[in-house]
Amino acid sequence: MKKVFARPESINDEIMHYCAGCTHGIAHRLVAEALDHYGITGKTVGVAPVGCAVLMYDYFECDILEAPHGRPPAVATGIKRSRPDMIVFSYQGDGDLASIGLAEIVHAANRGENITVIFVNNTVYGMTGGQMAPTTLLGQQTTTSPYGRNLNTDGYPIRMAEMLATLEGTSYVTRVALDKPANVLRARKAVFKAFDMQLKNMGFSFVEMLSTCPTNWGMSPTEAITRLQEELIPYFPLGVFKEKEVV
Amino acid sequence: MSDNTRILVKGNDALAMGAIKAGCKHYFGYPITPQNEVPEFMSRELPKIGGEFVQAESELAAINMVLGASAVGIRSMTSSSSPGISLMQEGLSYMAGQELPGVVINVVRCGPGLGGIAASQGDYFQAVKGGGHGDYHLIVLAPSSVQEMYDHTMLAFELSDKYRNPAMVLADAVLGQMQEPIVEREQAPEPPPKMWALDGADGRPARHLKSLLLKEGELEAHNMLLQEKYREIEKHEVRFDEYRIEDAELVVAAFGTAARIAKTAVGQARKEGMKVGLFRPVTVYPYPKKRLAGISERVKDFLVVEMNTGQMLEDVKLNVAGDAQVSFYGRPGGGIPTPNEVLKRIRKYYPGQAESNVQSPLWQTQGRQSPKLENKRGT
Ligand SMILES: Cc1ncc(C[n+]2csc(CCOP(=O)(O)OP(=O)(O)O)c2C)c(N)n1
Ligand code: SF4
Ligand SMILES: [Mg+2]
Repeated sequence: MKKVFARPESINDEIMHYCAGCTHGIAHRLVAEALDHYGITGKTVGVAPVGCAVLMYDYFECDILEAPHGRPPAVATGIKRSRPDMIVFSYQGDGDLASIGLAEIVHAANRGENITVIFVNNTVYGMTGGQMAPTTLLGQQTTTSPYGRNLNTDGYPIRMAEMLATLEGTSYVTRVALDKPANVLRARKAVFKAFDMQLKNMGFSFVEMLSTCPTNWGMSPTEAITRLQEELIPYFPLGVFKEKEVV
Repeated sequence: MSDNTRILVKGNDALAMGAIKAGCKHYFGYPITPQNEVPEFMSRELPKIGGEFVQAESELAAINMVLGASAVGIRSMTSSSSPGISLMQEGLSYMAGQELPGVVINVVRCGPGLGGIAASQGDYFQAVKGGGHGDYHLIVLAPSSVQEMYDHTMLAFELSDKYRNPAMVLADAVLGQMQEPIVEREQAPEPPPKMWALDGADGRPARHLKSLLLKEGELEAHNMLLQEKYREIEKHEVRFDEYRIEDAELVVAAFGTAARIAKTAVGQARKEGMKVGLFRPVTVYPYPKKRLAGISERVKDFLVVEMNTGQMLEDVKLNVAGDAQVSFYGRPGGGIPTPNEVLKRIRKYYPGQAESNVQSPLWQTQGRQSPKLENKRGT
């Protein structure tokens, strides 16, 4: 029989700790597929966030470094500047990247660091039990916005991809969604493109992935997908916000 | 430049020169007075030798850039002064937990808060007791001359790599800004290959560097291993300097700039016939506990001099024999003790020579609030 689907070689067969219906697993897989595709697993360092993906070192077949909460872009900068021959990616949640690590992501992007950033936006702090994130939607109930996010007291959800696209240092900025096969395929292409940009020394590449956290949204996996489609995508539009021409 | 030619160098430049001689080609930092000469020197010199200078967006970012560079096996450093070093504590704690080398220079200024840019030794506790969260130590070297600024930076890289532990050079604004002749050293040998570095999983299983240890008992065991390492460091890396200790009846203990001042006072006291010596810890972690204890078997009077309100004082008290008497003279907040002020405190031990009008500083009587201060504050 012909094998048509297999686990990427850049990921091992550990059983992932993610909850049922969590899209972190899909995001991992897409990164692993890109590493396989370009044959770069052996010269890649991934920088893990503090968040549900902190344990990503248990799954990847490339070297993985733990960073303090929000600091992966600075850590990745240190790696890439000292080993420009290596491929470096950070993998971060919305609390990690858009709240505590906002300065680090903006400045790494602005310097045009030749790294790839995978941004998993699930609109909550998954790991700590579902508190409000900077990406939490208006009206969304979380454990620290029990009456719903209120724009007067909590401000508006941040659109990171749009914001980073305004910076000259970025080479590729896109937002994708992990809700249905067609979008996952688009996400796969985006991740490939992001690593390709790094391989071509084009500077900072960024893939925001609209994701689910069924556990902290208090939903079933299918309800969570529906919410992603009906509530997240309208506020966080999908698309490519920046793509520099490869020179 | 031949090795025995002396050149006149500013302390902060000596730090940068020592780092480059140690093979450091990667510097990450954020401007802060009184250490700006270090990033300025690095931004000028590193590109010439194929290195990298990054002006980080903050000290938080700078220390994490060092963390990243270290993790892939590259010697790197950052430098700052007190407020910036406070921001680095998070990264230092992670580096200690992940057992990553890396050199941090603190050209200490005075605090608390924004404080001021004058020299101080107010960061001693933060430097030698850990500083960030968790049970850990940095290796901490305390230079007291421009030559030592240079040499200690080189040594910091060596020890940091040897023990896979972040190391700090604890300088201060006086040392950073003063000029002295120094002798340049030979280029340090390449450090041995780092078998733990994340240099790509080609042909080997993937490696991870992390401090998160969630399995039952794993973190406790890791902490015990760290403690074992600190005991090794304490056993092998203690360094100190002594001046006229042999027949001393009174030993002045001081580090860094305070030790220079104390040395002048001790020299003068000797001229006046007082048998005084100086004990200067060069490593403030590991602290020269044993030597201090040894001295105190014979000498029973100690005077600690610091540019703070009594921080190293605690380490001296902890380590001298129970029947030794320890007194203190210090000035915080940018105040620098003069040799004369120290001499006055020395003379107190020689009643024949004591001046009747020597006033004790507010904080000399440990644990007792000055009535003057109380009156000023009211109720
Ligand atoms: C300095 C610091 N502050 C707070 C925390 C607690 N903390 C751990 S994960 C996290 C948020 C994670 O949320 P996110 O980045 O969105 O990742 P997710 O779990 O949703 O994937 C927080 C606040 C921490 N570990 N360190
Ligand atoms: S808590 Fe949310 S983000 Fe974390 S693993 Fe579970 S579903 Fe995924
Ligand atoms: Mg999240």
